[in-house]
Amino acid sequence: MSTTTTPPVAAEPSTPIGKTADYLDQRTKIGVLTKQLVRKVFPDHWSFMLGEIALFSFVVLLISGVFLAMFFDPSMALTTHHGPPAIMDGQLMSVAFSSTLDMSFEVRGGLLMRQIHHWSALIFVAGIVVHMMRVFFTGAFRKPRELNWLVGTLLLILSLAAGFSGYSLPDDVLSGNGLRITDGVIKSIPIIGSYLSYFVFGGEFPGEHIIPRLFTVHILLVPALILALIGVHLFLMVLNKHTQYPGGGRTDKNVVGYPAVPAFATKMGGNFFIIFGVLALMGGTMAINNVWNYGPYDPSPVSAGAQPDWYMLFLEGSLRLMPGQAEIVTWGDFTLSLNILIPAVVIPGLLFTFLFVYPFVEAKVTGDHREHHVLDRPRNVPTRTGLGVAFLTAFVILALAGSNDLIATHFALSINTITWVFRILFFVGPVFAFWVTKRICLGLQRKDRELVLHGHETGRIVRFANGEYIEVHRPLDEQERWLRVNYEARRPLEVEPATDARGVKRKGYKKDKRWQKLSRFFYEDRVEPVTPAELAAAHAHGEHDELEPAHEAPALVSGSGTAEREH
Amino acid sequence: MSENQNPQGPSRDVARHDGDGTVAQTDRFVDPGVPEHHPRLADVDPKAAKRNERIIALLFAISCLGTIGSVVAYFAVRPDGTTPGVRMSTVLLGVAIAVSLFGIGFAAVHWAKTLMSAKEYTEERHSSSSSEEVRGAVQQQFKDGLEDSGIARRPVLKGAVVSALALFPLTIAVPLVSSVGGDWNVGSFRHTIWKKGTRLAYDPSGRLIKASDLTVGSVAHVIPDVPAEERESHEWITEKSKAVVLLVRMDPRDHKRDHREGASYDGIVAYSKICTHVGCPVALYEQQTHHLLCPCHQSTFDVADGAKVVFGPAKRPLPQLPITVDDEGYLVAEDDFNEPIGPSYWERLK
Repeated sequence: MSTTTTPPVAAEPSTPIGKTADYLDQRTKIGVLTKQLVRKVFPDHWSFMLGEIALFSFVVLLISGVFLAMFFDPSMALTTHHGPPAIMDGQLMSVAFSSTLDMSFEVRGGLLMRQIHHWSALIFVAGIVVHMMRVFFTGAFRKPRELNWLVGTLLLILSLAAGFSGYSLPDDVLSGNGLRITDGVIKSIPIIGSYLSYFVFGGEFPGEHIIPRLFTVHILLVPALILALIGVHLFLMVLNKHTQYPGGGRTDKNVVGYPAVPAFATKMGGNFFIIFGVLALMGGTMAINNVWNYGPYDPSPVSAGAQPDWYMLFLEGSLRLMPGQAEIVTWGDFTLSLNILIPAVVIPGLLFTFLFVYPFVEAKVTGDHREHHVLDRPRNVPTRTGLGVAFLTAFVILALAGSNDLIATHFALSINTITWVFRILFFVGPVFAFWVTKRICLGLQRKDRELVLHGHETGRIVRFANGEYIEVHRPLDEQERWLRVNYEARRPLEVEPATDARGVKRKGYKKDKRWQKLSRFFYEDRVEPVTPAELAAAHAHGEHDELEPAHEAPALVSGSGTAEREH
Repeated sequence: MSENQNPQGPSRDVARHDGDGTVAQTDRFVDPGVPEHHPRLADVDPKAAKRNERIIALLFAISCLGTIGSVVAYFAVRPDGTTPGVRMSTVLLGVAIAVSLFGIGFAAVHWAKTLMSAKEYTEERHSSSSSEEVRGAVQQQFKDGLEDSGIARRPVLKGAVVSALALFPLTIAVPLVSSVGGDWNVGSFRHTIWKKGTRLAYDPSGRLIKASDLTVGSVAHVIPDVPAEERESHEWITEKSKAVVLLVRMDPRDHKRDHREGASYDGIVAYSKICTHVGCPVALYEQQTHHLLCPCHQSTFDVADGAKVVFGPAKRPLPQLPITVDDEGYLVAEDDFNEPIGPSYWERLK
């Protein structure tokens, strides 16, 4: 980039592109914006691609969704289906289901688009979740990106809403039963539950309004919100500039990477085509949601072993685990269905609350108001990493519990036993996962210290003249070392004493004390990075170190440490 | 490391300085700077660059073939309405489209990775907040704006504008909310279309059921008997959602408790098929144990014991439909269920 030379003067536009640019710029000043973006530097790392998976799956969802909307008829009017498949010919069903069959069997490429759409939805949510994991474990949610974390969490919730509303549209037996479960959950809400059920279904379940309503939600409300929030999300990303992984030359004051044009943009564009390709391949070769095998919605049949889409499994599992005894009758003979409220409302509520508040809690217990643009290595923040893994453990246990019937049939186990095991695991598993993860992180930090202080083992044994044997250790090169020493071992908050100098009780002391307790939970156990002094001390008595300076004593070893390093 | 951007020497030297005691010991290592840039093979070897160029061109060519292939597949493979026919068309189209997309995608990535510049740049970051001057100016602007509006001097206007703005959403919300719930008659949860004398019929055929049809141990999925044409409506689907019943004939000796007076007939019992948990149809009957299992969340009901819950997330037993036989020997309902069927709700016992 020629930043030091005199700014180039724009040439007189002669090419068609130049003329178009000139035309636009004269009217929009678009040059200013473009100047900022074209050579904007983006750090590069494979994990920065995870968000792209979500973004590009969403684009594929829009493309395939438009295709499907051309042929889908969201009406619950009853009709007799004529045409393929043979098993459905002549059956009474809703127009929605009939048009789903038509678009699968009579529109060429229709089934492909349905399957691409469904797979994209699954990958979309998965992309969001994995992207969030990356952001969480590397601390990319810290100031100034807390707001973007909130936007992302909202996007996660909207993606679930999009998936759920779309899943229900074909009006088949499976999705109909899913809606019925939803109705049951809505009815459990105290005081207003029955009315909310009427609000959603326009009367009693299933009525004749729910499919058109879900259609509007699915193709207008939710995608519009998602698009708007994606806009905000990307805008904030560009505004804050991307975070970068720690390493030589990377600081909170700079960003090291590649300019957007050409390499970064080309890679990103290529990535879109690869993701679209994967989704097309999945849609083409992996059958999903063959609704004609289930049949149109009928309130009587239900199939065993049915599973919701993966992102809904945790709710399903949560419902399955809760013992029924929790349903109680309150004063005045009102029914409080805690057996549904706790698993379907309280638990997801807690999970999402954790996501929403975590950045703020961590900032508070860290007592940190600085901006952070260099990411944390997960091991260097053991408690955060442990909490993240505990969260995921709870999520996975609930999701597995949502498949407890399949686990039972596939492994010939008692479903009651499995359910009990999951009930216990739901409480024990996350705690255990937290403890193990935190210990692993602390262990890795200690290993880093070892490496920095004593270097790599080379496996080369040297005998001294006096008969002593040592193994030669090769010191880390400075990039390797910098990666391992350049972090901050945060300490618990200090609180001001309960009384001031004159012995007057200070207001807010108790509150501070509580925060300090939480802060201790976060930062009591820590491993400090190696300091130059420690390294010097280690070298001073370091008989295990490389024989330094190696080149001054070449007679002792064949092939000095420096030679080793250059290999 | 000669191209190191860091002015200070590599931190390995710290030890030596320390020994001399000449340099003040810092308690942190110093940043070694951005690692040295290594040229790729294609940067230094024109042959390798040429080879990569050919690979990229080939990938784009494969993409063109994929696109052509997808168009050919579209026109050549006409599904015949059978599942295998549709599958064939889907697979061919999907694979061809994937080839077309992969060609472009891999070509672009390969191009970027091998031929486009891999030189790293460093850009300054600026504070995320605006400067103090800007903040001051904005505060002043708002102050001026507020001043101009004169709202501080006219508290009546403040109250008026807040009231109007707070109230106006009602113009949309009231019509919407009052219509969106239909007739809002949530009392319908209490009743089904079963009533005294309604005959029991098989689901979905609608054939009537005689007590003598049922052998001990048999199970039947049951709906109320209504004229066939009534069954082709939405009202029916909604009513059926509440009215479906599971009929079981057990050896009367297997019953663990006396059934409600007159509720069963000769060992035949009828229970609502709608789970008292969240409303799935409870469809899996285990003949040996007389257990009914809901396939959705595994609530298990003991039919021999008044359909009470023996496992799972449901609390209440399935409501029982009182049945008897009429003069012609057909099974009929004696009454509606004596409680609301399906999942619990707040005012269920009211």
